[in-house]
Amino acid sequence: MLVRFENVGLRYGLGTEILRDLSFEIKPKSFQFLSGPSGSGKTTLLKMMLANLKPTRGLVHLFGDDVGRMNKDQVTALRRKVGVVLQDFRLLDHLTTYENVALPLRVQGKSEDSYRAEVIELLRWVGLGDRMYVPPSILSGGEKQRTAIARALIVRPELLLADEPTGNVDPVLAKRLVRLFIELNKLGTAIVMATHDWALMDQIPERRLVLTEGRLRIDE
Amino acid sequence: MSTARSSQTLPDGQPGRRETSLLAAGSIAGRALVIVVAIMTFLASMTAGTVELVASASKSWRADVAREATIQVRPRQGRNIEQDVAHAVALARATAGISDVKVYDKRESERLLEPWLGTGLDIAELPVPRLIELKVGGRPDFAALRRQLVEQVPSATLDDHRMWLQRLGAMASAMVIVGVLIMVLVLIATALAIAFATRGAMAGNRDIIEVLNLVGASDDFIAREFQKHFLRLGLKGGAIGGAAAMLTFWFAGFTAARWNATPGGDQLEALFGTFALGLRGYLAVVIIAFIVAITTAIVSRITVYRNLRGLD
Repeated sequence: MLVRFENVGLRYGLGTEILRDLSFEIKPKSFQFLSGPSGSGKTTLLKMMLANLKPTRGLVHLFGDDVGRMNKDQVTALRRKVGVVLQDFRLLDHLTTYENVALPLRVQGKSEDSYRAEVIELLRWVGLGDRMYVPPSILSGGEKQRTAIARALIVRPELLLADEPTGNVDPVLAKRLVRLFIELNKLGTAIVMATHDWALMDQIPERRLVLTEGRLRIDE
Repeated sequence: MSTARSSQTLPDGQPGRRETSLLAAGSIAGRALVIVVAIMTFLASMTAGTVELVASASKSWRADVAREATIQVRPRQGRNIEQDVAHAVALARATAGISDVKVYDKRESERLLEPWLGTGLDIAELPVPRLIELKVGGRPDFAALRRQLVEQVPSATLDDHRMWLQRLGAMASAMVIVGVLIMVLVLIATALAIAFATRGAMAGNRDIIEVLNLVGASDDFIAREFQKHFLRLGLKGGAIGGAAAMLTFWFAGFTAARWNATPGGDQLEALFGTFALGLRGYLAVVIIAFIVAITTAIVSRITVYRNLRGLD
């Protein structure tokens, strides 16, 4: 099991719980949408799956390890197995598209010779072959989105967490991106895609984790 | 940052080029830090150079003084001073390690006293002691000579300048200790300035650090990135400060050489010899510049590492 939540609750400080009694699992090679209205806690839940937040109650197991007992080196090792596409892309403005996509490999200490061809191939696959050496500041929203997706995929993650990856793009590109995720899923990557685009979800009959007011409902 | 970016944004840019720094250089007060490091290196180098000048000057003073000794023969009632002088000279000449003995005769003694007592003085009317200058060639047994003089010429005393040597030695050692202390203080001040600058840089690069963490960068990797950046700044500052110090010493030596024949120049020469920093001095400046640069890198790495661990 890649992710296992058991009666998990989360609160900030002394406030009320923003996530309550969450229990679910993410299996290897599975595909699921994470949906719910804005502010329902989708991003917070994704952060917990990335060991960026620890539960205030309950147990979270990621790749078999209890998050509460993970040390920093284990968290680093975990993040090398998980790809993440954040809502605001979080690209580094002073690096080119190519350098942004290569970043996860560079931080692992790999030499550029070992990954150059792979990065270029992936950039071409996501349709950014002619935008490789420009900074993110001159990319369109969709191009930034695809750069962020390519950065998450370059390490061939076992689990891909995508936060509203279709939020900033037109419906045609949104469909293309989802098809891209499905293709990736067929290649063996488990996918959690957060979205509140019901029309998009209706086109794809996959498992849905629905967050409402901090509680989770699972539609298999 | 602009250079790195422009080299990467060229349409025909190749990914195989020099890797862009992961830290956004614009958010780091790089220039101010280079100036701080340069000033610190300059101060430390000036201190080291001055200590080196004093130490080598004091060594040559000590060598000069140690090459000489003096026997003073005082006039005493009932004793013939000329006979005492002759006896003392004979004893000195018989001592191994004394290469030359020179007696200051009446006229020379008169000339020595001239600046204080004026000309036309009959020295015979005054109880003026007579001096015998001994040139030291080897290692004479001054203790034995002193004993012989006490026994055979009680009006004579031997001064081997030991007290002067001790004083000069103590002064030179004190200068060296003070110099080293100043250098240590400068290094500590540099380290603190770097620690603050690193924290500032971390705050300016918080978003980047977050992204690096998300894509699986270890604390060690992030600390290394900061270390690389600050080592570059340290080397730049160290080179500027060290070069400025070397130039200052070279200029001081050059000016002193031009003043050589003037009274001021003579005083300088008497104090510091040729007032030129030797190879050892210049080497010390280079070493200090490197130490400052390496301190910069190490302190920034430790600061980043500690901060990241603190964030855990």
